[in-house]
Amino acid sequence: MSVIRATVTRPAPLHTLRITGSVLVALAVLTTAVPTLRLRVVRHPLDVGAFLLMVAAVLAFWALPSDFTRRMKRNPLSIAGFAIILAFVAVAILAPVLAPPLANTRDPYLIPHEGFLPDPTPPRAGHPLGMTGNQYDLYYGIVWGTRTAFRVAIVVEAISITIGVVMGSIAGYYGRRLDEIVMRITDVFLAFPSLVLSVVITAVLGKGLDKVMIAIAIVGWPTYARYLRGDILSVKQRDFVEAARAAGAGDLRIVIRHVIPNAIYPLLVVAAFDMGIIVLVAAALSFLGLGAEVGYADWGQLINMSRSWILGVPGNPFIYWFTVVFPGAAIFLFVLGWNLLGDAFRDILDPRLRGSQ
Amino acid sequence: MGAYVARRFLLLPLVAFGVTVLIFALLQLVSPEQRAALFVTDVKQLAQLSNVIRKYGLDQPVYVQYGMWLQELAHGDLGWSQTARMPTSEAIAAFFPATLELTIYIFVPVVLIGVWLGTQAAVHKDRFVDHFSRLFAISLRGMPSFVWGLILLMVFYGWLNWFPPGRLSLEADLFTKSPQFHSYTHLLTVDALLNGQGWIFVDAIKHIAGPALTLVLVEMALLVRITRSSMLEVLRQDYVRTGRAKGLAEPVVINRHARRNALIPIITLSSLLFVGLLGGVVLAETIFNFPGIGKWGAEAAVQLDIPGVTGFAIFVAGLTVLGNLAADVLYAAIDPRIRLG
Repeated sequence: MSVIRATVTRPAPLHTLRITGSVLVALAVLTTAVPTLRLRVVRHPLDVGAFLLMVAAVLAFWALPSDFTRRMKRNPLSIAGFAIILAFVAVAILAPVLAPPLANTRDPYLIPHEGFLPDPTPPRAGHPLGMTGNQYDLYYGIVWGTRTAFRVAIVVEAISITIGVVMGSIAGYYGRRLDEIVMRITDVFLAFPSLVLSVVITAVLGKGLDKVMIAIAIVGWPTYARYLRGDILSVKQRDFVEAARAAGAGDLRIVIRHVIPNAIYPLLVVAAFDMGIIVLVAAALSFLGLGAEVGYADWGQLINMSRSWILGVPGNPFIYWFTVVFPGAAIFLFVLGWNLLGDAFRDILDPRLRGSQ
Repeated sequence: MGAYVARRFLLLPLVAFGVTVLIFALLQLVSPEQRAALFVTDVKQLAQLSNVIRKYGLDQPVYVQYGMWLQELAHGDLGWSQTARMPTSEAIAAFFPATLELTIYIFVPVVLIGVWLGTQAAVHKDRFVDHFSRLFAISLRGMPSFVWGLILLMVFYGWLNWFPPGRLSLEADLFTKSPQFHSYTHLLTVDALLNGQGWIFVDAIKHIAGPALTLVLVEMALLVRITRSSMLEVLRQDYVRTGRAKGLAEPVVINRHARRNALIPIITLSSLLFVGLLGGVVLAETIFNFPGIGKWGAEAAVQLDIPGVTGFAIFVAGLTVLGNLAADVLYAAIDPRIRLG
């Protein structure tokens, strides 16, 4: 018994390093041994370099002797979330290596299709996840869809955090009448279920993935503005703000240099873990037919295509199962990963929750 | 309580005004031709849109247009919805009962089962029920409802043929439109029972089950977790220990003393749940071809039926605001800290 406990509680960095090292060596050997793989790696040196950089960054983070990583490692669910998100990041970075685009393609995000046979074809060699209607390759779509998912999430976050920070700091710092006005504006946005408002905005802007991103960002900023406002209300009472004012700093300088940097981190953490939800809403809009056009590597769009095949053929209702299960699993895992990671972060960072879960 | 509730009611017209401004601002992004469709009440007018544009002053300054648009809105005149092939206000009246019925069949089981499961998880903390509910909540929170709905459709319609799409089968639909059938509430299951037609009730339930099941599990996950943590908090309180110490039966302690207090945050959550459902039905109704406002709204959005989208948005916003207001008032009525504060 004591032997087992000793093995379990032994500090892990060396152990982790050894596993990662051997996996990397195995990958390198495999790459040099298989000529097609070697060619792919040589063709995309930047992507492979970015991948190696990511591995190094993750290892460095994991080996940090901080309280934070120690708590994180203790919780199996947060490790699972961490692993899922890392896998998605790796797939997104390595997309051209995992699913090389055709040599003469003008946009790698357009899924190549073989012929125009309308019925999906089941998984087989060369098409490991099968092909959906019109012979769009599901594997290619899901791999490049990972890049689409991250792009959507990052663009939406960038827009809504920017608007949220501007509005939130105006409301929180100036207070009184401006605060009242901004809060009433957020009330109006929050008077809609978020999916409904984003459907309406996308419809008015016209369909397309870029319109979907704008719509979700417009729906998302009021929450961030309110969150930041709350934190600014407490930060602006602090002595260093008073000191800055006494030293003659203007409002803009105080807000940008002193207030926002001290109030924004909780917001950034909350926002970072909204990435799963954002991708979910974007996929829902694509599913309704408001997002990416047919054939674009986007998970929601792939699910939308699978709708035509969901009932199978008489006598064999599950014949086209792969058209919905694979893209569905991609969205499910992505959202699950962010949720697990978000829960773990909140548990670790919020001292009130410690020990209660 | 008076001041708190009064403030909520005073904010109501302000939010309503804001909603109309937001919708109107969004409409300005669309060309005058498409906006002109807002004022078309009959198919023939579509042929002479330029007349309509001039007649309704769509070339006037924005604030004049807003005033005119608001007037139309006040009269309930929301224009002609191409997707519904009827005036938008009639379309809302026609589609809303189906959505309302669906929402009831989702909301009631979610609250009952969710609160029950959450209570069980808290009472039997770290036992099987607790782990099960945790796993259930974690796995369902990442589940996109549209993927889940499609899988349900594949299994329960494609394979088992239990839950067909639509709202009624053909015979039942014809019967409900015949003079023998009286529509009292427009909720088909209720009407079927009032008319004493058991087979229509069964038929309607079979059609509701698909979209309802799609959302029930997804919406329940959150409620279970909140009930659990709220119950855990309350079970630590002194009055629970007092109740146990004076020899009360365990069910009395849990159901009468602990759960009543644990329900306070859950009431707020229920309003969020209701709002979430209004969004969720868009997907569930689309998948199961259930003729409610959600499916109509999504169709209108995809086909750029601007009057339809406008009507849908304003109606749903109204429901959301009322739902939030109801939650605030209930909250104040239940929790003395807010009532007196």
